[in-house]
Amino acid sequence: MFDNLDFDVIRRSLPYLFLDGMSFTLMLTGLSALGGLVFGTLIALMRLSGYKLLGSIAGLYVDFMRSLPLVLVIFWFYFLVPYIGQWLTGASRPIRVGAFTSSLVTFIMFEAAYFSEIMRAGIQSISKGQPAAASALGLTYSQSMRYIVLPQAFRNMLPVLLTQTIVLFQDTSLVYVLSIPDFLGAASKVAQRDGRLVEMYLFAAAVYFVISCVASYGVRRLQARIAIVR
Amino acid sequence: MNYNWNWHIFFEPNPTGAGTYLDMLMSGLLLTIQTALLAWVIALFFGTIVGILRSLPSRTASWIGFGYVEFFRNMPLLVQLFLWFFVLPELLPRGAGLWLKQIPNAPFWTAAIGVGLFMSARVAVQLAAGIASLPRGQKNAATALGLTTAQGYRYVLLPIAFRIILPPLTSEFLNTIKNTSVAITIGLIELTGQARAMQEFSFQVFEAFTAATVMYLAINIVVVTGMRFLERSLAIPGYITGK
Repeated sequence: MFDNLDFDVIRRSLPYLFLDGMSFTLMLTGLSALGGLVFGTLIALMRLSGYKLLGSIAGLYVDFMRSLPLVLVIFWFYFLVPYIGQWLTGASRPIRVGAFTSSLVTFIMFEAAYFSEIMRAGIQSISKGQPAAASALGLTYSQSMRYIVLPQAFRNMLPVLLTQTIVLFQDTSLVYVLSIPDFLGAASKVAQRDGRLVEMYLFAAAVYFVISCVASYGVRRLQARIAIVR
Repeated sequence: MNYNWNWHIFFEPNPTGAGTYLDMLMSGLLLTIQTALLAWVIALFFGTIVGILRSLPSRTASWIGFGYVEFFRNMPLLVQLFLWFFVLPELLPRGAGLWLKQIPNAPFWTAAIGVGLFMSARVAVQLAAGIASLPRGQKNAATALGLTTAQGYRYVLLPIAFRIILPPLTSEFLNTIKNTSVAITIGLIELTGQARAMQEFSFQVFEAFTAATVMYLAINIVVVTGMRFLERSLAIPGYITGK
């Protein structure tokens, strides 16, 4: 069954796969997670702010993003980002946007909806006494959020946030639909160039599998440690 | 914005010669629903089996369940679809591989099975958690009544566990519908695919994607409303979600 397979193709393309492909995937994952966390926290704060209008705008955004498939959102932003750029910079025509920027904007906006739900749960899990004590000490709303509530919420939600980041890591493979050479895209380019679909896809699957397994094992360990401390 | 909006585009004939652009999108919507329903049946079937395995006291059974879930959870769906679509036929014996490659509608079957198995791991996790959340007395009472393990699951544990996990199952079903769009990569022209095709034929990018977006939102609303109705009609009076 494996007689006419050539696994050497993997060795030959390793530098391309990892230096180009995997570094793109990891960069995209890391920056999207950071950006998603920042925007997600802002959205969560909007929802919990007590201002009806702010809250419902944030809620609508989250529900809207969460009911669309990621593939469709990727297409949306791929065509929309040049126009947004034009609007922001006041240029006379839609600006040219690189593949990386376009997918980064997509994933930040998309993941913000998911991260905001996690942060919202985290903020709500902080007991009422904490912000009350903060305001008794004379801290303003933003100080109490910054020094009291958000650090604890972030810490409590860290395992969930990291799990969501693993999901994000797997989801970045969907930039394949724009023919962007992330890790899977790179593997697929080699596969099609050399006619070695079986070898390359098996290898890509194995790499994703090992990274996700190790990462989720790490998250489980972390969860156990945090649970003891609390 | 110097973009030429043309909302009448939906009623103009599409280049395939069969109806308007709107018909194109509608056929994509239909295919999305068909794929998602078949995938959901597969996900529920395997998810139930694996969920039960994970909840059994037997070590072997829970290891099998654990392995199954880890296998399907730790690879991107896109990669899994590629494995089923491009890799599996090559690894099978020649005859079987050829037969697989010649199945009509291969992208549809691959997408339904691939998405179904991917989602089954998630269903299994939910179900195992649902069974674990039941008070121990339920299982003991079933045993005390003389029910076998299988009967205990069939008549006591599963009916209640499924009621408990109905809300998370609703969002897993919505995920199933959304995930069918990944099958665009193996050539399934479902709703997102048709929107993309319409964009390529007509250059009306934003109209095409707006229409697809509205259709996905509509599916969501229908499913959420339907499941809420189901939850209410299945609720056991006096028990958790019941009133």
